[in-house]
Amino acid sequence: MSTTAIPTNTKWWNGGRSPFNVSYGKVMMWYFLMSDAFTFGAFLISYGTIRFSVNHWADPNHVFSAFPFAGHANLPLAFVSLMTFILIFSSVTMVLAVHEGHRMNRKGVEKYMILTILGGLAFLSCQAWEWTHLITGDHAVLVNGQIEHWGTTVSKNPWGPMVMFEGKEVATPGPIAFGGYFFGITGFHGFHVFSGVIINIIMLIKTRLGHFDQRGHYEMIEKAGLYWHFVDLVWVFVFLCFYLI
Amino acid sequence: MSNAVSSPEITFPHEHPGGTKRIWKVFWILSVITIIELAIGLTIYNIHKEPNPNATLVLAFKGMVCILTLAKAYYIVSVFMHLGDEIRNMIMTVVVPLCLFIWFLLAFLWDGDSTKHLRNTDAHSRPAQVEQVHQPAAVDKDAKK
Repeated sequence: MSTTAIPTNTKWWNGGRSPFNVSYGKVMMWYFLMSDAFTFGAFLISYGTIRFSVNHWADPNHVFSAFPFAGHANLPLAFVSLMTFILIFSSVTMVLAVHEGHRMNRKGVEKYMILTILGGLAFLSCQAWEWTHLITGDHAVLVNGQIEHWGTTVSKNPWGPMVMFEGKEVATPGPIAFGGYFFGITGFHGFHVFSGVIINIIMLIKTRLGHFDQRGHYEMIEKAGLYWHFVDLVWVFVFLCFYLI
Repeated sequence: MSNAVSSPEITFPHEHPGGTKRIWKVFWILSVITIIELAIGLTIYNIHKEPNPNATLVLAFKGMVCILTLAKAYYIVSVFMHLGDEIRNMIMTVVVPLCLFIWFLLAFLWDGDSTKHLRNTDAHSRPAQVEQVHQPAAVDKDAKK
């Protein structure tokens, strides 16, 4: 909690000061993130509603069991844990950049901003690989009495219930909503990561140009940091909803 | 310079702790929670491989993962986003509206479940046919034969 001793009789709501003891820009950043949380929340809860309304859903451990350069090895959760750790680590470098900003240490801010940007780019590359793998992967599906080979797209879901066909177990088409929700929500999150990387690059350039030293504070780094941590926060829930349960 | 006030709206400057110890501590907490979550995820995977998976056990593990996720969210918001260092007014203006999610979750998941029930019973006109199709893991396809 706050370490500053604040008198209890402070008249927060009498005007002339922020009743939240933070600058206007930072309050508005929080409110923007709150509205964004509701957007993501609405997407995820709508996904949950659909998932609760059907008898069968794709098992994430079967859908997401691949790893780059590992061929057909069955590695459930491995790649997504790599992505999660990349994002956690880039969150740590971001909070260290904010910390250096408090100390007015420009070199430190630059160093940690570069690391954060690299983390963001690494995450985006992982997501690009995962999407490519899902869309281009071939899976045998029994459609109208014939075997077809499907990738996972917004209109095709080869992860339906198993049936016996000519003495072998084969999948049938699953609920079509799976691809739409998966690509829609992870895509919306990936777009947030992308815009976060752009914002961080702008902040790095402004730091290099010495704008924040002239201003006398590094609050812009804090605001960019709030956005970046929010992206990490959303991933925590996407990870839960799509990969773990 | 560390307590520089960036705006005249701020009455009391925020005190910034000198070290990075707390940041690294939270990093380790988040990593450990993630590893536990992954372990639970793999446990669920192994339970699903059994011929008759215990649905209650799977549900309990899934509930555990949800609670761990909320713990992670708390640490990210409180320490990384520094919301925990703000005054009470600020914390409440962010946290109280998010309580809407409690109703949101209950109402919509209930709705989804009700839709499933209506589908399985043709709107209550016949007894429910449980169509829980178990998807066996790829590895024990041959073992079942």
